[in-house]
Amino acid sequence: MHQTFDAALGINLLHANQKGADHNRAHFDEWGITCFNIMSSPGAGKTVLLERSLAVLTDDLKIAVIEGDMTTELDADRLRQYGVPVIAINTGRSCHLDSKMVAGGIHQLEHQYNPVDFDLVLVENVGNLVCPAEFEVGEHIKVALLSVTEGEDKPLKYPVMFQEADCLLITKIDLAPYLDIDINRIAANVRQMNPHVTIIAVSAKTGEGLEHWFNWVKSQVLNQRSSATATEMLPA
Amino acid sequence: MHETDMTKALIFTVKDWWESQTERPQITEIHLIVGKFTCVEPVSLKFAFEVQTGNTFLEGVELVIQETPLIAFCHRCQQEYAPQVGLQYGCPECDSPMEDIRSGRELKIDRIEYIFDEANKKAYAPNI
Repeated sequence: MHQTFDAALGINLLHANQKGADHNRAHFDEWGITCFNIMSSPGAGKTVLLERSLAVLTDDLKIAVIEGDMTTELDADRLRQYGVPVIAINTGRSCHLDSKMVAGGIHQLEHQYNPVDFDLVLVENVGNLVCPAEFEVGEHIKVALLSVTEGEDKPLKYPVMFQEADCLLITKIDLAPYLDIDINRIAANVRQMNPHVTIIAVSAKTGEGLEHWFNWVKSQVLNQRSSATATEMLPA
Repeated sequence: MHETDMTKALIFTVKDWWESQTERPQITEIHLIVGKFTCVEPVSLKFAFEVQTGNTFLEGVELVIQETPLIAFCHRCQQEYAPQVGLQYGCPECDSPMEDIRSGRELKIDRIEYIFDEANKKAYAPNI
């Protein structure tokens, strides 16, 4: 004999991941770290962007990288040349980083270094335009990359990623003259679904636009710090 | 492939709920609300769920998925509209960008149906 019951849950399907992401973010906030989640399809230029960024931004900011990769440490090794801690996470067959994987990276950072010394953690996600958009890892800022070689219509086809992004980097713009592509069209397609996104066009090869990106990163770290201080000053 | 990971996340979340119950019930149905403006394909999710729950506490549980359409609200025109995914996200009347999504981003476990078997209930009862 049995009776059927009904439990109204109304909780997010990804609740377990979200809880982990909030936990990670609380760690970052406690240490005064700003965390970026950097996402794109494979080959859009995430790693080379990080190489260029580390070469310049480490003058002003203390940076660590959590490097997601399905199988290898090839990208992590490239970034280690810049003298920053790079924690490699192999996701195996998983096509994105989740909050639990990043928590593993954060714990490594905590054990090997003094986390309060860091200003910025850059999480390089696995190359994929779909899945990473739904799995928060504890970031404060989502950065999406789209290279000119991928086509103007990608934001329309993969809308969730571009709708969620705080910043869009249009990469490889040095190649634009060789392609039948309009950078303004890409920007317009993204703004259709995300009018407040910051869009920066860059070429890691020629260096064009990178100065804007570096300034934007520094401004976000400052903003994050001042909003964290403002929260601390709120009456209990 | 990402539905596999979504399913993993779903199972973890349901497991959290299940383990928080004093008497662990036999779940029979899980009802989800999945928006069309998410990265989830219901058919793939159902398939992944069936494969991943074999020989677990969720074996044989039915996953019921209710899809919700993408609906946005245009503040300039003061009206709702249905953006055409893949083509046009801005307001069809005034071309304002899609800013205020009213439906379509849901990824929710709405409710869980379960039974308490009398025989099981006895088995869970303290023996002193």
